Amino acid sequence: MNAPPASTPPRKLRVATVSLAGCFGCHMSLLDIDERLFDLVERIEFDRSPLTDIKTVGEVEQCDIGLVEGGLCNAENVEVLRAFRARCTVLVAVGACAITGGLPALRNHLDVGDILQSVYGRVPDDPELPLPLNRVLPIHEVVHIDHALPGCPPPADAFWQLLQDLMAGRTPVPAPGLIRYD
Amino acid sequence: MSGVDPTFDLDGQPVALQPGDTILTAAARAGLDIPHLCWSEEVSGSASCRLCTVLADGRPVAACVTPAVAGQKVDCRTASLATQRLRLLQMLFVEGNHFCPGCEKSGNCVLQVQAERAGMTDLNFEVLNPERPVDASHPDVLFEPNRCILCQLCVRASDEIDGKRVFAIGGHGIATRLLIDSPSGRLGDSALSVDDRSAHICPVGALLPKRVGFAVPIGQRRFDTEDTRG
Repeated sequence: MNAPPASTPPRKLRVATVSLAGCFGCHMSLLDIDERLFDLVERIEFDRSPLTDIKTVGEVEQCDIGLVEGGLCNAENVEVLRAFRARCTVLVAVGACAITGGLPALRNHLDVGDILQSVYGRVPDDPELPLPLNRVLPIHEVVHIDHALPGCPPPADAFWQLLQDLMAGRTPVPAPGLIRYD
Repeated sequence: MSGVDPTFDLDGQPVALQPGDTILTAAARAGLDIPHLCWSEEVSGSASCRLCTVLADGRPVAACVTPAVAGQKVDCRTASLATQRLRLLQMLFVEGNHFCPGCEKSGNCVLQVQAERAGMTDLNFEVLNPERPVDASHPDVLFEPNRCILCQLCVRASDEIDGKRVFAIGGHGIATRLLIDSPSGRLGDSALSVDDRSAHICPVGALLPKRVGFAVPIGQRRFDTEDTRG
């Protein structure tokens, strides 16, 4: 315990995370690794993430890992996802929404205009609002993804195993019981 | 031959067989799992899902309908068959609307557990999001066609066990769907009773008895294990 480092510590991996059309439940599950967070922050540093409030991914330097929660429901989601793909060496689809579209995709057989009309009484037209997509898409339909972490949310142990595998340079293979869809 | 039980080889293990056995029934009796969705010992085999495809002396066959033959070499757990099973399961997921997080069958669903066991982490293919209206017309049974995988278990159970023939398969290709024998085509006008076996045999959440959803808490469901969240 607390022995001085024998050599230069390994470079910290740069990790970016985002919630697109998601509920932040996957991020909450990441935090559920509890005291292992202390080990994690010794090995990684966060780039763009709700945990840092940095707004642009990979602006300082290329990220090693990008964790994407949520599917794509509007044009801004697509733009952010493409930026993640461009600036993250390994991109991971995290959770049911990123992998399948998830519960937001329940709207896919309905007309977007009809939905907006019935919810807001008119189609909102503020220029700052991103345009909704016709269908909520899983992220693999727009960019290549390297790994996927299923679950709603993925168990905290699944996050921990994935990050440990990636930090060790291994191909992540979820242990039995860590692949869940609910 | 007398005094020696005939056997075949399944992934290197000898499996005893009895007259009339298929590869799947003999393996199931021996406690060996061949992944399957559309097979049940209660009804005849139909080879609908092809998840149970094995190599019998090198030839791909559906284990649920192929007679077991003494001396045959059957391979189930090969890398190429594992990939084929994974792709097949992914295609079943993208062809329907499978929202596991919000489904009453989650944790009790055979499609879900087979995909988990196959190591499915993503869908690989483009999701089709077909439009299939829910039929809630029956007072006691819900028909949710978005989850139907066309395994025909309800078709066979209604025919062979219930003696009613409430269900059939109609259409072609991607438009193939479950038909209901009633003047309106709706479940509420059919002869189905909630006591029928066909109302309970569905491996997914397409045919569900009403008013019992989510009665069993997470951790105690059929396929929950100590490995999974409890």
